[in-house]
Amino acid sequence: MSVLPDGGLVAVVKRDCPTCVLTVPVLGELAQRASLRVYTQDDPSFPETIPERIDDTGLEISHRLKVEVVPTLIRIENGREIDRTYGWDRNDWERVAGLADLGLGLPQSRPGCGAKNVEPGVIERLKIRFNETGIKSRRIAIGWDEDEQEAMYERGWSDGLPLVPPTEERVLKMLDGTARDPQEVIGLIPPALQPATVEKIAVNAVMAGCKPEYLPVVLAAVEAVLEEGFAMHGVLATTMFVGPVVVVNGPIRRRIGMNAKGNVLGQGNRANAAIGRALQLVIRNVGGGRPQEVDRATLGNPGKYTYCFAEDEEGSCWEPLSVERGVRPGQSAVTVFAGFGLQGMVDQKSRQPESLARSFAESLKAIHNVKLAPSCDALLVICPEHERTFRNAGWSKARLYEELYKLCEIPGEELVAGAKGIAEGGPPSLAGNSVNKFRPGGLMIVRAGGGAGMFSGIIGGWSQGGPRGSIPITREVRN
Amino acid sequence: MTVLLDPTSEQSPTIRPRLPRPERLDGLTVGILDIAKARGDVFLKRLGERLGERGVAFKHFAKPTNTRPAPLPLRQQIATEVDLVIEGLSD
Repeated sequence: MSVLPDGGLVAVVKRDCPTCVLTVPVLGELAQRASLRVYTQDDPSFPETIPERIDDTGLEISHRLKVEVVPTLIRIENGREIDRTYGWDRNDWERVAGLADLGLGLPQSRPGCGAKNVEPGVIERLKIRFNETGIKSRRIAIGWDEDEQEAMYERGWSDGLPLVPPTEERVLKMLDGTARDPQEVIGLIPPALQPATVEKIAVNAVMAGCKPEYLPVVLAAVEAVLEEGFAMHGVLATTMFVGPVVVVNGPIRRRIGMNAKGNVLGQGNRANAAIGRALQLVIRNVGGGRPQEVDRATLGNPGKYTYCFAEDEEGSCWEPLSVERGVRPGQSAVTVFAGFGLQGMVDQKSRQPESLARSFAESLKAIHNVKLAPSCDALLVICPEHERTFRNAGWSKARLYEELYKLCEIPGEELVAGAKGIAEGGPPSLAGNSVNKFRPGGLMIVRAGGGAGMFSGIIGGWSQGGPRGSIPITREVRN
Repeated sequence: MTVLLDPTSEQSPTIRPRLPRPERLDGLTVGILDIAKARGDVFLKRLGERLGERGVAFKHFAKPTNTRPAPLPLRQQIATEVDLVIEGLSD
């Protein structure tokens, strides 16, 4: 590696920069009038008129000098930097060089160009090379004859699908997605209660296929499931179907290109898919939560690969879920809900809100079992054509909640064990009473989905809904 | 060589430990895999006889050649039919 001089001037340039080309005559003057070293970032033959130029196409010197713009001119005395300037400005160059009348034929000033050593991808490789990443995770070397994907599968890191290999370079780029300290501990991940640092979450976000700009959403989702009220350990360990469902609100949805429209709960959108998957991988890899181990789910549900979507706020006449839950409008947030699968709610004939609300209520009453109440919380994903019916009738979201709770009151006789010829059910004392299918606050409504089709969705919850089990949690997304 | 960052809580060694050996063979079926090395069959046949004398269930399998990994159908058959495998590696 080249060594810096004890004293004199150092210039860093590249041929691909018009301002560097402009300053070539000045560099010639400096070479004659002072001690000058010129480091070239891209073309070792540039500048041809400076015989003492030094090849820095490896960018080591540029990196060590923390050059951000070329040309950069630095004055060094006794091995220490005394002054520097970048771009071309006659006064600044004369000050740094300690010489007058430089580049008299040139314009007074010209802005420089971005240095090669800080280009995306390059800066990460240089930091890795000089061991400056600050990344603490254990390095695992994959043999030259080993297939990376197979190696990751064998180590148990995968949810069953291929992973993006979490190289140091990718993780470093991922960490650019947040201003938070990589070593900040977000919380202890169940079941093993192991600390999840921002860095560990970033490693898993890489594997899940996230872009760096998704990371704040993943971090907020991890924070949310770690809230005491969500009971992540129980949600993982239960024999029931549930896993965390993540609803994203606020401007970040559009900034990262999330889907809130057609096929909103299906495949095909990278942000929706990767954010939900990253959350699950954190639980698997950091927390050690694996199926048939602490995850005792009888069936599970396909959403345990990933279950994340955005609300269609722009299309909705209602306030976003996050705002309803106390977040100020315009602030991005995630809401996590312990939910399972999807129960379709088909109603193509109701044009009056009363009729449509009854359709919803009757379908809601079937969650888990028509004989069970109170049974669980539920998240309603109301499609645009159904929302339109409520909108045209002037029903607010509060009004719809109120009507649904009213319609979900069930005569106790229907719920008694044995009633309807079904052994499942409650004690005989229910008879004569009215029981609601849901606890107060147990319903959540969002609008999402494609413009055509009177097909809404009901995402059922855990039987331990509410404070005894899991309650939905909303967290703001921080950068 | 690729270097990956460990996504786990780093509670286990980077090199995967071998599966634990069963303490007893009661109720288990032992696969005996002949990799097709000369006279390996003689040794493994005798091994089967000794297991049989102890009342241990066993099944013989054979690779077509020692020069290549076992064909996939054979590996799947072994995984389906037995609980553990004894194989003669080489001479």
